[in-house]
Amino acid sequence: MTDLTQDQVRERIEQSLAGRHRKEKLFRGLGIASIAFGVLAVLVLFTDIISKGSGAFVQTTVQLEVTYDPAVLGIDKVDEESLTWANFTGVVREALRERFPGVSGRSEKRELYSLVSTGAPFTLRNRLEANPELLGQTEKVWFAADDDVDTFYKSLDDSAEGFRGRTSDQMAAWVAQLADSGELKKRFNTTFFTNGDSREPEQAGIRAALVGSLLTLMVTLALSFPIGVAAAIYLEEFAPKNRWTDLIEVNINNLAAVPSIVFGLLGLAIFINFFELPRSAPLVGGLVLTLMTLPTIIISSRAALKAVPPSIREAAMGMGASRMQVVLHHVLPLAMPGMLTGAIIGMAQALGETAPLLMIGMVAFIVDVPGGVTDPATVLPVQIFLWADSPERAFVEKTSAAIMVLLSFLIVMNASAVWLRKKLERRW
Amino acid sequence: MQTPTLFALLLLLVLVAYGTGFSRALAAARSRGGMRNLAALPTYYGTHTALWCGLPALILLGAWLAFDDPIIRSLVMGAIEDKPDTIAGRDLLYSQIQNLAAGNLFGEPSAQVKAAAERLTSLQAAASTLQTIIVLVLSLGLGAFTLLRFSPEVRAREKVEKVLRGVLVTCASAAILTTVGILLSVLFESLRFFQSVPVTEFLFGLHWSPQMALRADQVGSSGAFGAVPLFTGTLMVSAIAMFVAVPVGLMSAIYLAEYASNRVRSLAKPVIEILAGVPTVVYGFFAALTVAPFVREVATSIGLQASSESALAAGLVMGVMIIPFVSSLSDDVINAVPQSLRDGALGLGSTHSETVRKVVIPAALPGIVGGVLLAVSRAIGETMIVVMAAGLAANLTANPLESVTTVTVQIVTLLVGDQEFDSPKTLAAFALGLMLFLSTLVLNFIALHVVKKYREQYD
Repeated sequence: MTDLTQDQVRERIEQSLAGRHRKEKLFRGLGIASIAFGVLAVLVLFTDIISKGSGAFVQTTVQLEVTYDPAVLGIDKVDEESLTWANFTGVVREALRERFPGVSGRSEKRELYSLVSTGAPFTLRNRLEANPELLGQTEKVWFAADDDVDTFYKSLDDSAEGFRGRTSDQMAAWVAQLADSGELKKRFNTTFFTNGDSREPEQAGIRAALVGSLLTLMVTLALSFPIGVAAAIYLEEFAPKNRWTDLIEVNINNLAAVPSIVFGLLGLAIFINFFELPRSAPLVGGLVLTLMTLPTIIISSRAALKAVPPSIREAAMGMGASRMQVVLHHVLPLAMPGMLTGAIIGMAQALGETAPLLMIGMVAFIVDVPGGVTDPATVLPVQIFLWADSPERAFVEKTSAAIMVLLSFLIVMNASAVWLRKKLERRW
Repeated sequence: MQTPTLFALLLLLVLVAYGTGFSRALAAARSRGGMRNLAALPTYYGTHTALWCGLPALILLGAWLAFDDPIIRSLVMGAIEDKPDTIAGRDLLYSQIQNLAAGNLFGEPSAQVKAAAERLTSLQAAASTLQTIIVLVLSLGLGAFTLLRFSPEVRAREKVEKVLRGVLVTCASAAILTTVGILLSVLFESLRFFQSVPVTEFLFGLHWSPQMALRADQVGSSGAFGAVPLFTGTLMVSAIAMFVAVPVGLMSAIYLAEYASNRVRSLAKPVIEILAGVPTVVYGFFAALTVAPFVREVATSIGLQASSESALAAGLVMGVMIIPFVSSLSDDVINAVPQSLRDGALGLGSTHSETVRKVVIPAALPGIVGGVLLAVSRAIGETMIVVMAAGLAANLTANPLESVTTVTVQIVTLLVGDQEFDSPKTLAAFALGLMLFLSTLVLNFIALHVVKKYREQYD
């Protein structure tokens, strides 16, 4: 280096400058590209799911003129027993045959009957049960169309041909005819929000799963929040520096990184096999999720406690409060907003969790809305998993719609956590 | 008495105990001429009485509920002469007895089952009565005892605070209990598994097909439990995920921390964090229905064979899921590097990127490595994406376009549905769980160690 004059050094540096600036630009470009990739991933994910799922909020329905003919129904009065035996299927078929009188032959008839959902007789049953005077009368009723018809009719929006699947030419013609006369329409799908699971896509809904999720989360919150806060208070305010405390700390940090499915194994071996708690129950699901979310809640609660300045403690101590009184009367109320934020985030995590719940049998096919924490239930993410596995094409739409519902719950929860933090947190 | 009724009664007793303790303290204060002559505030006397009245009885009730069924069962089963040999057989017999005792009669039960059912009914009735009596006696007795010992000199606050502290310690120890629970549950079942399948075969065997035959003479009656294909599958999917997540996560963290203006930062950061909040089942659906067909199409268009469930699709989506994890951990450590180091490097004439590459990253490296290791452990344990998108076939392959299976996928497939707890097929899931738990544990320890050991202290 000593051989070079100052000018030569400057020359070399200036020569290298172009290359270095190019590298600078490249590096910066890579950074921008990474950010863009992340943002793009979010956009693609959301548009993909919304475009797949928005269709599920409407349902293709068919209007038919049905006659509650006692002769077809096989009943002469409306009561509990006769409703059970009444042949509502016959009434629906009669109505379809009347609408399309030219249909004959076995296979053609079968196609005709498969225009409406197999749930149509139940619709009629419910109507008749609510208004017994309808017996013998004729009225116009909207029925949910079969899932194949539904998929076909909705796909007409995207292409003139539409997705045929199991819809034959004859059925397509009927659909076109009904649509032209205004007897086939897309209407808001209330079934999706009021029904439990079903093998038939047009009758499947998320109500049972939503209630199951709610019950599971209630168990989780009721257990994990008090235990987590108590643990955080002990570790932050009372714990002496010793082996036991160190062991607890190491354990909490480790549990935070243990895969969730391992918690499922724990639930299966201990809660179900050893304690013989009921399978598929929100109680067991809540217990497993409690163990899983505890580290999250403990860590965030400790952060909230740490954020309370020591001067508060010293002032209370100076007024003669005991250590327990200092914590319970002064520190805890001040740390509460931060703890609540942590709890909401922990609950959001628990709401989206699937794998450990599969282990404890919450994948069972459950139609009924659970009434308590020991009833068999399923939860929203598991319902999504189950529907995603179903072969019917119409379930793709349902799955995406269920995902949209789940995501909107999560967005609301996280947004309220952020809002709560902004609103209640104090800067000291 | 039914347990909920008993519980409600206990709650009522606790309230009464609180009220009595409180009013006793008030009366004592009045007769002595003021609150300051008491050793503690009246609420503490109330709480003290309530705690003695409620807490021991509650703990006993909890323990009773947890252990009464197994004990009754062993008593009933112990009295039966000829029991079936298998666990499944005994379970069946016991549920038969239970059904009979509950009044649901199926078929004509044998005399032995009838006798056992009667024994079960009488035991259950006796247990219920005994439970009520013991719990109520304990609660009333301890409550009354505390009230008898009441005097204004009793340091009620200290006593209550001691109990509270005990509660806090117990809650904090829940973490240890959980770890012990996990270890016990996977360890015991794994040991039972290794009795029927040698450890070496499990760890080094190249063939995995856990289907056990229903009849002994069926073809392929013994399943194969060589887990190597699962390990390689897991590693491949995780490696693909890390190929996506580490560069993208690290570069976006660097850009956000070093280059981005405040406005860009406050916009881009939350958007990327959204990826962390999306449930894994949603990623799984996205991987299976959107990414996998896309990967397949691209592969076919360039003349490659791709399976419809490929390791690549699962790995890519898992990578996207892990991006925010890597980026937020790296962001923290990059921000922890003191500004003076950057200023020094810039002052010596290095460009911005040279500062980042030659000064900031080396200073932050231990933290970044720790974060990446944590991300790896997360990728290994991730379940739903691979269950929905990676497939079930245990292929021993290095081709990312083929379908592979992972440890977590096999745990789920082995345990979802009907299980028998004496078949190696079910127990294998626990052995896999043990592997998973141990490997993530080791990774976490290394990560924490790296961070602790190589962290430079700048303060």
